[in-house]
Amino acid sequence: MQTVLELQGVRKSFRIGFIPRTKAILKDVSFSVAKGEIFGYLGPNGAGKTTTLKCALGLIFPDGGTIRIFERSYLEARAKERLGFLPENPYFYDYLTGREFLDFYGQLFGIPKNERAARIAALLQLVGLEKSARLQLRRYSRGMLQRVGLAQALINEPELVLLDEPLGGLDPLGRREIRDIILGLREQGKTVLLSSHILQDIEMICDRVAIIVGGRILSQGKLSELISEKILFTEITVSGVGEAELAPFGECLSSQPGRILVKIPEENKIQDVLDLVRERRGKIHTLVPRTQTLEDLFVDMVKPQ
Amino acid sequence: MTVKVIALNTFKEAVRDRILYLLLFFAAVSILFSRVLALLTVGDRAKIIKDVGLASISLFGALMAVLIGTGLVYKEIEKRTIFTLISKPIRRHEFLLGKFFGLLLTLLVMLAAMSLIFVALVFVETRAVEWRLFAAIFLVFFELALITAVAVLFSCFSTPILSSLFTISFYLIGHFSWSLDLLIKKARAGAAKASLRVLSAVLPNLENFNVRTEAVQGLPFPPGLFLYAPAYGIAYAAFVLVLAVLVFRRRDFV
Repeated sequence: MQTVLELQGVRKSFRIGFIPRTKAILKDVSFSVAKGEIFGYLGPNGAGKTTTLKCALGLIFPDGGTIRIFERSYLEARAKERLGFLPENPYFYDYLTGREFLDFYGQLFGIPKNERAARIAALLQLVGLEKSARLQLRRYSRGMLQRVGLAQALINEPELVLLDEPLGGLDPLGRREIRDIILGLREQGKTVLLSSHILQDIEMICDRVAIIVGGRILSQGKLSELISEKILFTEITVSGVGEAELAPFGECLSSQPGRILVKIPEENKIQDVLDLVRERRGKIHTLVPRTQTLEDLFVDMVKPQ
Repeated sequence: MTVKVIALNTFKEAVRDRILYLLLFFAAVSILFSRVLALLTVGDRAKIIKDVGLASISLFGALMAVLIGTGLVYKEIEKRTIFTLISKPIRRHEFLLGKFFGLLLTLLVMLAAMSLIFVALVFVETRAVEWRLFAAIFLVFFELALITAVAVLFSCFSTPILSSLFTISFYLIGHFSWSLDLLIKKARAGAAKASLRVLSAVLPNLENFNVRTEAVQGLPFPPGLFLYAPAYGIAYAAFVLVLAVLVFRRRDFV
């Protein structure tokens, strides 16, 4: 397995305030991203996700630790030629039109003119902005900026794409489109690192994740390894049976008129409940086994901090 | 190559900014106002037009350099556009040089526009195109290059308002530093005189770029000035830009 991005023991602190106090943002960050995977970088607000990405991009200089991109030093311009980056809350040159904006970045990579035009047309189509290509960016909505930002990150056909909160500020339809684009990138053999605090998105598309809390990586690995497949409890919605009768089997959570949701922690009691309902000629509406989700894992990790 | 791309984008940014046209408008008003002043003058009217016109070009050129130059780098950091830029294969000094040359290109175009208005006005008055006037404008360009470099330097670490104040101070000091030489002549030999000498060597002398009196009055230009002044301007600007790169190289963009 080829490693594309590797961070080892990265530390960073900032001096803040009028009388400077040192505040450590990254205490010990180590993880590696393998070629061809979608790597999720998770953490609550202020955990140091963006700071980590900025270190990797050479926007800020870490106090200690090593960072390597494509097995080169991260500050080398040649390492950056194969890299794409979408910042969080993208702010761009608002006096440029969408097309000029992409053209500017294309020129920075020294892409020849004809090829640039072809790539820009393809990217505008990919992110669904063909109609707004002649509009100045100051007239773009938040979601459109996010899209043009993604297009900008892909202009050099990068092998590694770093996306900081790529799904922020998008409506549900937009999120899905961007998600599909990210999955498409993996199909093309590209590597994606995306940071987010929105767990569903990560759960849906990521192969591996790292969880950062308070400047330290608390856990990393394959999603399937981190989250146990074990069934935590089963939720059954029934009607036609009294709440008192169900109480011995588990917790009765909500009782809509006529319906009761029972949370049953033990697997062997499910059959007993079903038998009881059949006996009373009641009705079973739903039966949902709940496994651990990324959210459960995340909450468990963040809470003790 | 990347320097050129960034420079052209900076030019685009400046040209699409309203403040530039506002300044150009007032420069034009100021140049044309010399015609009114000429009416009030007893004597050579053309001289007044030339004198006020050249002074306007120099002053408004400097204002453009200060007002646009001090915001250039700061805005990129403040608006976070620098994040995507630095993540591309660009070295930080290329970014700074791109910004500098972009503004220089803008100033060249603006200088050309102001000169056109000025020369047209002089032509209406005297029915002649005087090449001596272009010589004076030529030196103004090098002065602007130096001011731009200083504006970029301050813009690397401070806000536009403070940078503007600093750069304007630089401009004023530069135009009055010749009076130090008078002081040196009058000072008694000793520590005071030596320190004044050091000060005079370090401080910029922007009067090197001023041949307006000679151009207007038809006096001979100081010999060698057209080699010395541009060389002085370029060397000083290069020194200031090196300082800017040193400041900028290790800066964190948060």
